[in-house]
Amino acid sequence: MMRNWYDVAIIGGGITGASIARELSRYRLKIVLLEKEVELAFGVSKSNSGIIHPGTQNPPDSLKGKLCVRGNLLTRKIAGELGVDFKEVGELIVIFNEDERPRLLQIKNEAETLGVPGLKIVDRKWLDEHEPNLSREVIAALYAPTAGIISPYRMVYDLAENAVKNGVQIFLGHKVIGITKEAGNLRLNVAVSSGEEPRGRACRQAGSLAGSECTFRSRFVVNAAGLFADEVSALAGVNDFKIRPRKGEEFLLDKKKEHLTNHIIFPLPTKTSKGILVIKTSDGNPMIGPTAQEIDDKNDLSTSDDGLSKVIEGARKMIPTIDGNDIIAYFAGLRPVAGDDFIIRREEKVPGFINVAGIQSPGLTAAPAVALMAVELLKKSGLRLAKKWLFKKHRHPSVHLFADLFSKTRELIKKNPSYGEIVCRCEMVSAKEVRDAIRRGARTLDGIKFRTRAQAGRCHGGFCTIRIIKIMHEELGIPYTEITKRGNGSEVVRGVRE
Amino acid sequence: MENRNNVKERELVVVGGGPAGMAAALSAYENGVRDILLIERDQYLGGILNQCIHPGFGLRYFRENLTGPEYADRFIKKISAVPSIEISLKSYAVNLTAGRYLAYIKPGKMEEVKAKAIIMATGCRERTREMVHIAGTRPAGIYPAGLAQKMINLEGWLPGREVVIVGSGDIGLIMARRFTLEGAKVKAVIEIQKTSRGLIRNVVQCLEDFGIPLYFSHKISRIHGRDRVEKVEVVEVDDSFNEKPQTRFEITCDTVLMSVGLIPENELIELAGVAIDKKTNTPVSAEVNKTSVPGIFVCGNSFKIYDLVDGVTYDSAKAGKMAAEYLKGLK
Amino acid sequence: MIKKITCIECPQGCQLEVNVEEGRVIGLTGNKCPKGDVYGRQEITDPRRVLSSTVLAKGLEIKMVPVRTDKPVPKSKMFAVMEEIKKIRLTRPVAVGDVIIANVLGSDANVAASREVGP
Ligand SMILES: Cc1cc2nc3c(=O)[nH]c(=O)nc-3n(C[C@H](O)[C@H](O)[C@H](O)COP(=O)(O)OP(=O)(O)OC[C@H]3O[C@@H](n4cnc5c(N)ncnc54)[C@H](O)[C@@H]3O)c2cc1C
Ligand SMILES: Cc1cc2nc3c(=O)[nH]c(=O)nc-3n(C[C@H](O)[C@H](O)[C@H](O)COP(=O)(O)OP(=O)(O)OC[C@H]3O[C@@H](n4cnc5c(N)ncnc54)[C@H](O)[C@@H]3O)c2cc1C
Ligand code: SF4
Repeated sequence: MMRNWYDVAIIGGGITGASIARELSRYRLKIVLLEKEVELAFGVSKSNSGIIHPGTQNPPDSLKGKLCVRGNLLTRKIAGELGVDFKEVGELIVIFNEDERPRLLQIKNEAETLGVPGLKIVDRKWLDEHEPNLSREVIAALYAPTAGIISPYRMVYDLAENAVKNGVQIFLGHKVIGITKEAGNLRLNVAVSSGEEPRGRACRQAGSLAGSECTFRSRFVVNAAGLFADEVSALAGVNDFKIRPRKGEEFLLDKKKEHLTNHIIFPLPTKTSKGILVIKTSDGNPMIGPTAQEIDDKNDLSTSDDGLSKVIEGARKMIPTIDGNDIIAYFAGLRPVAGDDFIIRREEKVPGFINVAGIQSPGLTAAPAVALMAVELLKKSGLRLAKKWLFKKHRHPSVHLFADLFSKTRELIKKNPSYGEIVCRCEMVSAKEVRDAIRRGARTLDGIKFRTRAQAGRCHGGFCTIRIIKIMHEELGIPYTEITKRGNGSEVVRGVRE
Repeated sequence: MENRNNVKERELVVVGGGPAGMAAALSAYENGVRDILLIERDQYLGGILNQCIHPGFGLRYFRENLTGPEYADRFIKKISAVPSIEISLKSYAVNLTAGRYLAYIKPGKMEEVKAKAIIMATGCRERTREMVHIAGTRPAGIYPAGLAQKMINLEGWLPGREVVIVGSGDIGLIMARRFTLEGAKVKAVIEIQKTSRGLIRNVVQCLEDFGIPLYFSHKISRIHGRDRVEKVEVVEVDDSFNEKPQTRFEITCDTVLMSVGLIPENELIELAGVAIDKKTNTPVSAEVNKTSVPGIFVCGNSFKIYDLVDGVTYDSAKAGKMAAEYLKGLK
Repeated sequence: MIKKITCIECPQGCQLEVNVEEGRVIGLTGNKCPKGDVYGRQEITDPRRVLSSTVLAKGLEIKMVPVRTDKPVPKSKMFAVMEEIKKIRLTRPVAVGDVIIANVLGSDANVAASREVGP
């Protein structure tokens, strides 16, 4: 078979692309995933609320609503297979006066139509018992027990790692810049920004050199390019939709406040967003946000003073004890909005081209269901799906030193002394875990942070950054001056005495 | 913690081998304690002093103008000569209980000790950009000043070439001079208060000597740059720290150093149930070095933030004495 | 003419008023101790600073060895002294106070190690 010739090429290594890749890896196909950034999950999938929504707050006839409910079920199964931590914490949509009750009941009805299980209206007495820090002003809430939390980037990394194990090829630093029709297939022109890898790892980068261009040919192409799905679609000649970023600013609180709430707390949703929430995250830090603001620049990930005060105000309305001094980190994410719903369809104009675009919230939750739908569309377009006799659905989970009991820690350290070398003091991450993360594909400081939590604690890398840079230097064999926060241009060290 | 039966018992355990821990251990010894374990997570004793290569230490205690490493060296020599003080390096304390069971990790093993008395001398960490809520992007090039100090002085790395420093605390001032001497351009120090938080001598010898402008009553309102810092927005503030929008201006730079204060590191004693003041992260205490749990003492920068190391040494010696007296009282 | 300067010899930071006539100091007030008097006169006629930096080590237990001048060097020579310090490749173990560059740039000051560094 020709090199760079594939059955399916997936553009975009976020939760959507990674889910599709893993789903397709069950079949006897040659699959490639192309991602423009130096690591996976550096697009929308790295900055969101991490909620596996139950399916409430969606119009009952919407595609996103249906895929969300289904995705919630599937995520549990996949998380189990991959060893990703999924916690079912439940959510409360709270109301402050009787005028709001009809809307709450409407949400309940709509969600039940979509098939969201276990919903009930809970009263003040229930709330006193189950959510003691909730504002006294709250009179009732809709309780949705199936809401969960997950680490969004870890889900992407683990899906991708498993897909690679099942034969998918992933090329990082590969940006699709042209799509043309050829007899029987599509040709992708790709600009390469990352050089060849010094060592073969889980996610192998291309054999092509930085600064060059190369070509991939594939019978089918799936566009899962997130914020840039409109531009990628336009490359193929389909330009009937535009993606408008909707910014959301989020603020993380110190892990000491882990038990601030027992559930994820929502106000009544507005037309464009679910409102300012008090969120639980899989790493323990509570989070407050997100804002919702239409913007033009797809690269604008800045946070603002205004966003901060809106979020604090919104969050304190529900949990009055929240204190701005507990904020240890913040970020902004951009929802890729193309109208009111997801756009998942075959493009008749360009046979073999499938758009998976406008994957706004709840795109993280819906991803596994989106993947099934994409596979279904590929089948309808003529892709033959023959199951592999062996699909390796399990993944050897990553070790986290202090996730378990002390007795286990002791065993780990005995087995491998490098577990006894603490790198990150706030999150208690060992050198071994950092090395593992690099061996599993981390190439940047952010990539290590997302995988291990090192640098994500209250001191923000003050202690561990140097240690991590030294380990990267050793493992990757690159000079200190080439170590980056998140890819080319984000170098951390400008000069070295040598 | 299970397996309590094979846990070693120790009279006194000191956590942290900076000037505080060393002074406390030495004074406990001088006051009669003969079984002392000092654990330090780093490969060397000396704590933060190892990266403070500038002079200005020991003017009171030694009546000499020493650099940080020189000040540390005197205590390292002294403590290494005392056989009753066992020093365990590369040893990271990870858990402490109210019953004074302490777990620590060193390459290859996890150890547990039961201490009759404990002195915590774990120092402090730096406040970050996130804690002062500066708006804007989150590119590479934003460093706590102490981290930058460590990069330059211990690793020989230059973190940036055009630098703006937020906060006029001593660390920020010292780093302004250090960056300048290393060939970088320090474009400004921005201080939100009306006066410097650092010593005047440092304003003179670290800024004025090199013509580095210091803006009082100004703050950085926004950081720009997608991958690496590109510029900052600076704005004057009024007496209640409200921005005066018409005064806004920009400074191009590739680095922002944060020198906006230190926070005592007390997460371990918090685990042990010691009462902690949430605002300052210091132990709630009526008397220097004491905590709400008998037999657990805290000294140095983890008790409160000291400007000068001499004060750390004097007070930490008291902690050693207190622990010695506490141990005598048990007998 | 009265020149106002700040004494940097200790954390007190006394505000000195130095009376200067034709480049010569004829009076000095504001110092809380004798060190201030010496400093003030020196600062007007020939300002000097203690310089601290690091030298690169090869094959020793740490990579950067802290150094300082044992006496103040002329302020105008600080960058030149830095260049001298940057040229050094230290290969032998040192104790605190060991001279690394003697009489640097003829300033009468030595650059000396400020930390003990083993092989
Ligand atoms: C603030 C916020 C909070 C959210 N909270 C939640 C939540 O709690 N629950 C939930 O279910 N959803 C949530 N979402 C939505 C969810 O994050 C997104 O729907 C989801 O991450 C979209 O994933 P994706 O893979 O489609 O896009 P992305 O993650 O952006 O992936 C697309 C990838 O394509 C790459 N790419 C783009 N162009 C090219 C090209 N030309 N060539 C190669 N690669 C290319 C990009 O670099 C990117 O990595 C939230 C979103 C935001 C912004
Ligand atoms: C940049 C800077 C400039 C300064 N300049 C001056 C000056 O010019 N003159 C002056 O007099 N003073 C100065 N100071 C102040 C003085 O140096 C400090 O107050 C003093 O060093 C604090 O001593 P310490 O022992 O409390 O803390 P540290 O020196 O920080 O020591 C704490 C020790 O505890 C260890 N530790 C922490 N947690 C653990 C754990 N869990 N397990 C094991 N070990 C642990 C650490 O590794 C460290 O070695 C300066 C400080 C800084 C940061
Ligand atoms: S005059 Fe004396 S007391 Fe005053 S700053 Fe100088 S050295 Fe200190």
